[in-house]
Amino acid sequence: MLQINNLHANVGDKPILKGLTLSLNAGEIHAIMGPNGAGKSTLGYVLSGRPGYEVTEGSVTFNGQDLLALEPHERAAAGLFLGFQYPVEIPGVSNVQFLREALNAQRKYRGEAPLTGGEFLKVAREQAGALGMDMEMLKRPVNVGFSGGEKKRNEMVQMGIIDPALAILDETDSGLDIDALRTVGDGINRIMRKPDKAVLLITHYQRLLDYVKPDFVHVLDGGRITRTGGADLALELERDGYKELAA
Amino acid sequence: MTDDIEIKDKAAWDAAEKVADYEHGWSSDIETDFAPKGLNEDTVRFISAKKNEPEWMLEWRLKAFAMWKTMEAPDWAKLNVPPIDYQDAYYYAAPKAKPKLNSLDEVDPEILRVYEKLGIPIAEQKLLAGVEGGEDGGLPQRRVAVDAVFDSVSVATTFRAELERAGVIFRSISEAIKEYPDLVRKYLGKIVPMHDNYFATLNCAVFSDGTFVYIPEGVRCPMELSTYFRINAENTGQFERTLIVADKGSYVSYLEGCTAPMRDENQLHAAVVELVALDDAEIKYSTVQNWYPGDAEGKGGIYNFVTKRALCQGRNSKVSWTQVETGSAVTWKYPSCVLNGENSVGEFYSVAVTNNHQQADTGTKMIHNGKGSRSTIVSKGISAGHSNNTYRGLVRVAPNAEGVRNFTQCDSLLLGSLSGAHTVPYIEVRNPSAQIEHEATTSKISDDQMFYAMARGLNAEEAVALIVNGFAKEVLQQLPMEFAVEAQKLLGISLEGSVG
Ligand SMILES: Nc1ncnc2c1ncn2[C@@H]1O[C@H](COP(=O)(O)OP(=O)(O)OP(=O)(O)O)[C@@H](O)[C@H]1O
Ligand SMILES: [Mg+2]
Repeated sequence: MLQINNLHANVGDKPILKGLTLSLNAGEIHAIMGPNGAGKSTLGYVLSGRPGYEVTEGSVTFNGQDLLALEPHERAAAGLFLGFQYPVEIPGVSNVQFLREALNAQRKYRGEAPLTGGEFLKVAREQAGALGMDMEMLKRPVNVGFSGGEKKRNEMVQMGIIDPALAILDETDSGLDIDALRTVGDGINRIMRKPDKAVLLITHYQRLLDYVKPDFVHVLDGGRITRTGGADLALELERDGYKELAA
Repeated sequence: MTDDIEIKDKAAWDAAEKVADYEHGWSSDIETDFAPKGLNEDTVRFISAKKNEPEWMLEWRLKAFAMWKTMEAPDWAKLNVPPIDYQDAYYYAAPKAKPKLNSLDEVDPEILRVYEKLGIPIAEQKLLAGVEGGEDGGLPQRRVAVDAVFDSVSVATTFRAELERAGVIFRSISEAIKEYPDLVRKYLGKIVPMHDNYFATLNCAVFSDGTFVYIPEGVRCPMELSTYFRINAENTGQFERTLIVADKGSYVSYLEGCTAPMRDENQLHAAVVELVALDDAEIKYSTVQNWYPGDAEGKGGIYNFVTKRALCQGRNSKVSWTQVETGSAVTWKYPSCVLNGENSVGEFYSVAVTNNHQQADTGTKMIHNGKGSRSTIVSKGISAGHSNNTYRGLVRVAPNAEGVRNFTQCDSLLLGSLSGAHTVPYIEVRNPSAQIEHEATTSKISDDQMFYAMARGLNAEEAVALIVNGFAKEVLQQLPMEFAVEAQKLLGISLEGSVG
């Protein structure tokens, strides 16, 4: 589904990704772990086309398409979803309005008919309900005044409504309380654990992986993948840390 | 009957939608009857004669014209306007239609086609019955009565009969001058005096048409009232005049929409709007201004010099101005409230968008003369391209006005680095009991917000439109519901091309 080959990228003039290679097949969940500043969020941004993140070398194909040639909104329409480490506030725009416009923009791009208000609300209600979010919160402005955990949960509601083929989830587990962690974990499994979908799960902790079993665990350090293993690797990292691994 | 409601509703929607859209850049090939080019006493007499006005009206106009000749155009606004050659314009252009319209059958079919393009409800066959007074009971929920002003002449007013049954007078001002001279004379020029300012005085001399509304004591106007102004003929100034009188305990919501075709040369628009609210009366006045803004290089566009003022004469009276200003090359406009009544309330909610080379200097004046009078000002300025957007506001509290309160919030949003936003608040408080609050912010659309919206599937223009609408929400939600939706679209359209 996703092939990243020898990816180099700069933020400003600073090289952050330095030859990163990674493949995800449909039906797989990959976890990425790695020290602060290693370039994990950068990878998510580069894959979603954030301005200012410049690819200097390498290639990325997504379902056979040259992902790097697409604009951010085209990547979204092609099925890519980024769950933000720091979700952004948009004052005055309700979540409902935001998501309906976003979803219909994607549908339009794909040549599909827009969802009516009623159809959209039905989907929104289902997803909010499944993730334990009150509909009243969906009527509030996007992320404005949401607690850290609520923002993360909101990212998952968005993912449920948009129903992407590939989700890159950047520390979605950070800031969640114990119950919310389980709800979000269940949500990821429900929405994304499907034969035609894949997930790239960026996390620092094993605890999310208790709920969402990864097929592969990678260590991203110094802008490249330094080690790849199965679910056990995460446990090992939790026990020994990255320093031990590097030694 | 349900069918009927459907169509009427849709017509109102379409009307606003069409106003939002400059595919409107056509002008129509209607035979037009012009006053001779230029401005002199004969022009004034010509206009008055064309309208079969009574003698007092002609005298009033001539007095204004004599006064105007002694005046000079104001230059205090933060606007860069080349000198206007007042002799190089037409001051009266009427579609060559029947002089008095009893039914739309009498209207030049070409005009009807224009309105069809505009989506204005009068083009609807079902509405024709409304003009004739033929509509039956079973009132549809949301309807809008429309007075349509085409160049200098009011072409048709809908729902007249039904409004009359409620005692509401909704007329073109030309008709009102003849049919209700006492009422018109009592208020015309009393809120905006003849000598008020250069453009208002000019309007007094040459005003072409406009709307008159009277809501009798205790009446809640049964529908939204709306006027559509359209400049069509080339080189023509439009000088409309609106007068709305809300008698004791009455309520009316009035909406004004404006369009003009694309033209290379600038066209002048100098309107005067006067509102009076007596005891316990409320007027809600909403404007969606989408005059042609000129092209991306700043060529053409409307010069919009408008004087709008409300007199809150009665105790507990209330006037609320809401404006969405997206059009015009130059906007000079300060809808104001003179709060004479005890506990009267003035509100001003404004969104002004400027793009390319547009210039807007707009704001309000809240003149607190009455005890316990209150005002709220919410101004949202959005500047893109090379444009300049200024908020200019005055809050004045008279010495014996006890317990006055004002809250002012001015927010500016900048797109790109070449545009300008300015806030010029004047505060004159002569009574120590007044509570005046002023907040101002200037911000840019953040890269984070743009990327977040785009990562969810919106293209750059859609993302900007969404964020800008969020920014303007407090104002947009003051508009009647149908128009709020269309105004949202309009904001997006106005900012097209503003993101790289
Ligand atoms: N605009 C920028 N200019 C310069 N350096 C930047 C910029 N943005 C990010 N960086 C740097 O890029 C490096 C990678 O950052 P990134 O956010 O990808 O790390 P991360 O692996 O996600 O870390 P964390 O685990 O803390 O979230 C960091 O050293 C960071 O300081
Ligand atoms: Mg990170």
